[in-house]
Amino acid sequence: MSTPVTLTDAELREVALSRQEYDLGVRLLGRETNRVELGILGAMWSEHCGYKNSRPLLGMFPTEGPEVLQGPGENAGAVRLGGGLAAVFKVESHNHPSAIEPYQGAATGVGGIVRDIFTMGARPVALLNSLRFGPPDEPNNRRLLSGVVRGVGDYGNSLGIPTVGGEVGFSASYRGNPLVNAMCVGVAPADGLVRGLAGEPGNVLLLVGADTGRDGIHGATFASVDDPHASHKGVIQVGNPFLEKLLMEACLELLGSPHVVGMQDLGAAGLTSSSVECAGRTGSGVDIDVSRVSRRETGMTPYEVMLSESQERMLLVVRPDGVDAVREVFEKWDLHSDVIGQVTADGTLRVRDGVEVVCELPIRLLIEDVPRYTREGKPSAQLLERRERDITPLAASVDLPVEEQLLRLLASPNIGSKRWVWEQYDHTIGTSTVLGPGSADAALMRVRQTGEGMAVVMDCNSRYCLLDPYSGGMGAVVEAVRNLACVGAKPLGLTNCLNFGNPEKPEVYWHLKESIRGMSDACRALGIPVVSGNVSLYNESEDEAVNPTPVVGMVGSLPDASKSVGIGFKEGSDVYLLSGGGQPTLGASEWLAVLTGEEAGMPPMPDLDAAARLHDVLRTGIRDGWIQSAHDVSEGGLAVALAECCIAGDVGLATSEWSTGADPVELFGEGHGRVVISVHAQVSEEDLAARIGDSARWERLGRAEGKHLMLGKAAPIPVSSLSEAYESVLP
Amino acid sequence: MKVGVVTFPGSNGDTDCIETLKLVEGCEPQLIWHKSTDLMGADALILPGGFAHGDYLRPGSIAQFSPVMREVARFAASGGPVLGICNGFQVLTEAGLLPGALLRNQYILFHCAWTHVRVSSNRSPWLEGVEEGTVLRMAVAHGQGNYFADTETRRRLVEQGQVAFEYCDPEGNTSGESNHNGSVDSIAGVTNEAGNILGMMPHPERSSDPLLGSADGRVLFESLVRSMAAGAVGR
Repeated sequence: MSTPVTLTDAELREVALSRQEYDLGVRLLGRETNRVELGILGAMWSEHCGYKNSRPLLGMFPTEGPEVLQGPGENAGAVRLGGGLAAVFKVESHNHPSAIEPYQGAATGVGGIVRDIFTMGARPVALLNSLRFGPPDEPNNRRLLSGVVRGVGDYGNSLGIPTVGGEVGFSASYRGNPLVNAMCVGVAPADGLVRGLAGEPGNVLLLVGADTGRDGIHGATFASVDDPHASHKGVIQVGNPFLEKLLMEACLELLGSPHVVGMQDLGAAGLTSSSVECAGRTGSGVDIDVSRVSRRETGMTPYEVMLSESQERMLLVVRPDGVDAVREVFEKWDLHSDVIGQVTADGTLRVRDGVEVVCELPIRLLIEDVPRYTREGKPSAQLLERRERDITPLAASVDLPVEEQLLRLLASPNIGSKRWVWEQYDHTIGTSTVLGPGSADAALMRVRQTGEGMAVVMDCNSRYCLLDPYSGGMGAVVEAVRNLACVGAKPLGLTNCLNFGNPEKPEVYWHLKESIRGMSDACRALGIPVVSGNVSLYNESEDEAVNPTPVVGMVGSLPDASKSVGIGFKEGSDVYLLSGGGQPTLGASEWLAVLTGEEAGMPPMPDLDAAARLHDVLRTGIRDGWIQSAHDVSEGGLAVALAECCIAGDVGLATSEWSTGADPVELFGEGHGRVVISVHAQVSEEDLAARIGDSARWERLGRAEGKHLMLGKAAPIPVSSLSEAYESVLP
Repeated sequence: MKVGVVTFPGSNGDTDCIETLKLVEGCEPQLIWHKSTDLMGADALILPGGFAHGDYLRPGSIAQFSPVMREVARFAASGGPVLGICNGFQVLTEAGLLPGALLRNQYILFHCAWTHVRVSSNRSPWLEGVEEGTVLRMAVAHGQGNYFADTETRRRLVEQGQVAFEYCDPEGNTSGESNHNGSVDSIAGVTNEAGNILGMMPHPERSSDPLLGSADGRVLFESLVRSMAAGAVGR
């Protein structure tokens, strides 16, 4: 062991440790660390790996349920599908790398989340992503948008995994710090899930895939400080989707192999976190010889090898007598593998460079002893003022014809069509996409083995979360469930990606805590377990936090993928508005933001019981075939929802008894319990009343026919004009 | 009838082909690994979509060196039916088995959408019995599908009935708008002179199930079964 060192503040900053944290580490260890150990401690104690600010709050999430096969703590979560299968899924952020190098940042984000899924023994069948940028009329934001979209597309397209859904949003708060969250869903045999386990002493550590280079050293710590541009240049990794494809196929070919004990992908903090996590799960130790790791560059130090974040690498734990058989499979796929060490019984991470021991740290110190911070959170007076502002006079100042208001909304960045984005993603590969992007509230995949429908969605309204994180967090969950219900699916489980600013700021911490509380309460009320997730803090630029963005990813199912509906009106059907609790409001609405430039007022509060009843009606009606289309009323309110149904169905809406005035609350207000459905014309109103019972309120809006949208007393708007406005936003 | 589907390491449409062929009566699909030189008695071959060897160089350019390709060429020379879909089409042009080349899409970006193609010539076992002028709705998904051939080659292709498909609108009319990737003369698929090798950018295997958006693509596989049963393929 090398001699202890006395550390300067700058050296500590480089590994994102505070002086107090370092002192705590020294006290627990009983001695000072050497440089290698310091880097490893910093990485494992970073927010990114150690969740030191978020872990105490994450405990609020309900994580158990009868359908849960794997909860948080593994590479991904898993819930039970029919036919002995499991859906394996997780979402992950790649915000900081994408801010600097959008193409590679986004591409490697996709690569990372895909590895998490096949590591569990699941074949990835769908990708989604949730993206946030600054206003698209600014050149730098457009550069980031187009780079990220190309990166997401090229990587997923090469792997042959369809990118089927997600969301793209814009707000000034993301100007210097875009959000790039990628979600992957895979299907595995329920009894064949693979875990990242080290197992018995003597098991062999096999490192497979790319050679190790100097790229991405300190990626984990870099994502845990607040100015990505200033702090760590040169930490960006470069993706190689072809190599990942080979790794994926080889690892899936090894499924069921009696020789493989565990699999773990190398992500943040590379070899360090992957080996430590495997050992931590089984209370083992690991002994690694870095001189056996194949390198891309000469002269790399043990420190660099242990902390490199070179992409497309996997760690396998293999029984000693099975090493040759496992390596043979990798050779078939022209993949290189190195035996780099073994599992030990002493609970220690021991790193050697040939004969010299360069690190000896207890696994426990790196995982269980991570400092945890519980802070005081508090909203600022300025935020409270914005939220409590009376928006009535502001709303009254809008003096435009209704049809003009609607066209302005349809042509606004958050509402307008994202076709330009999703046409760059291969969404038909896999011959399983029943409802792809643009056609429904959730993407619907047919499970190849069983014909079951698996619905997937990502949601978050960050403006709601900014102004009221509790109802906003709740709303993200309810909206995701509602979107699943609109294709006829019931939720099975939830994953999330919590994107926030610097948690050391009281307002950011308040946002984080309240959002999690809101999400947790909604999950509990609706019976949805949280099975995986990711936290991305320190999303700031120029000292301003991004809007709080707790993105929800949800997976649901319906027994038969062919019994589902999209959002497009069916010609000749009757159109109804179903409501299940909660009043629409213009507070925090898209209408207010687009037409007055103000983001203010109290966002809508979900009524969870009423929402649950509404979702039941939707699922039953879609299953039984009398609901022919369904679309939830969200950003832009009822008028935008109707316009989207007309555009998707290429048919107008003739209103009859519906005689709305020009009340913006009714037309453009947002709330959490409303859905527009079209119903088979053979179903009479009496019949409909009997089918719905007390489960929801309903109101007939008219019939889907003709080529114009008629909004009560407003002038009829040609569907072609709606389409033109809607498609005008991007590129 | 055995249909072999070649898996290059970066192929990603191979399973889709297998799953679709399973639903076509008379087809017995099987995978063939690119390092193999044994076609396992296949009566027809499909080179599927994907990124054969990563394709960081020109798409399909390295695939011609995969061991299986010598056998594919031999099989094709003896008149065996070969279908190249998307990357498979790129591989066939790079290997010199089909005329022309696939360039980057006119608007540069990868493009995934539903398009229509018109059957311009049915002089192939993959299209036998399909009326010329038939419009098929098909999925496309590629970044480099912009077909190019020089004027003289194109004249020959048309004269000899080698232009199998053209991009068109739902009514069967070709225009700049329906030609989504900028292919010369809206060409979406071509055959060799004998007609047994067909290359196309659209994905018939993704367009073979009404629940997924179209079943029009199935006609290629059904035609193959018919023409094989009729002994129309001279091998």
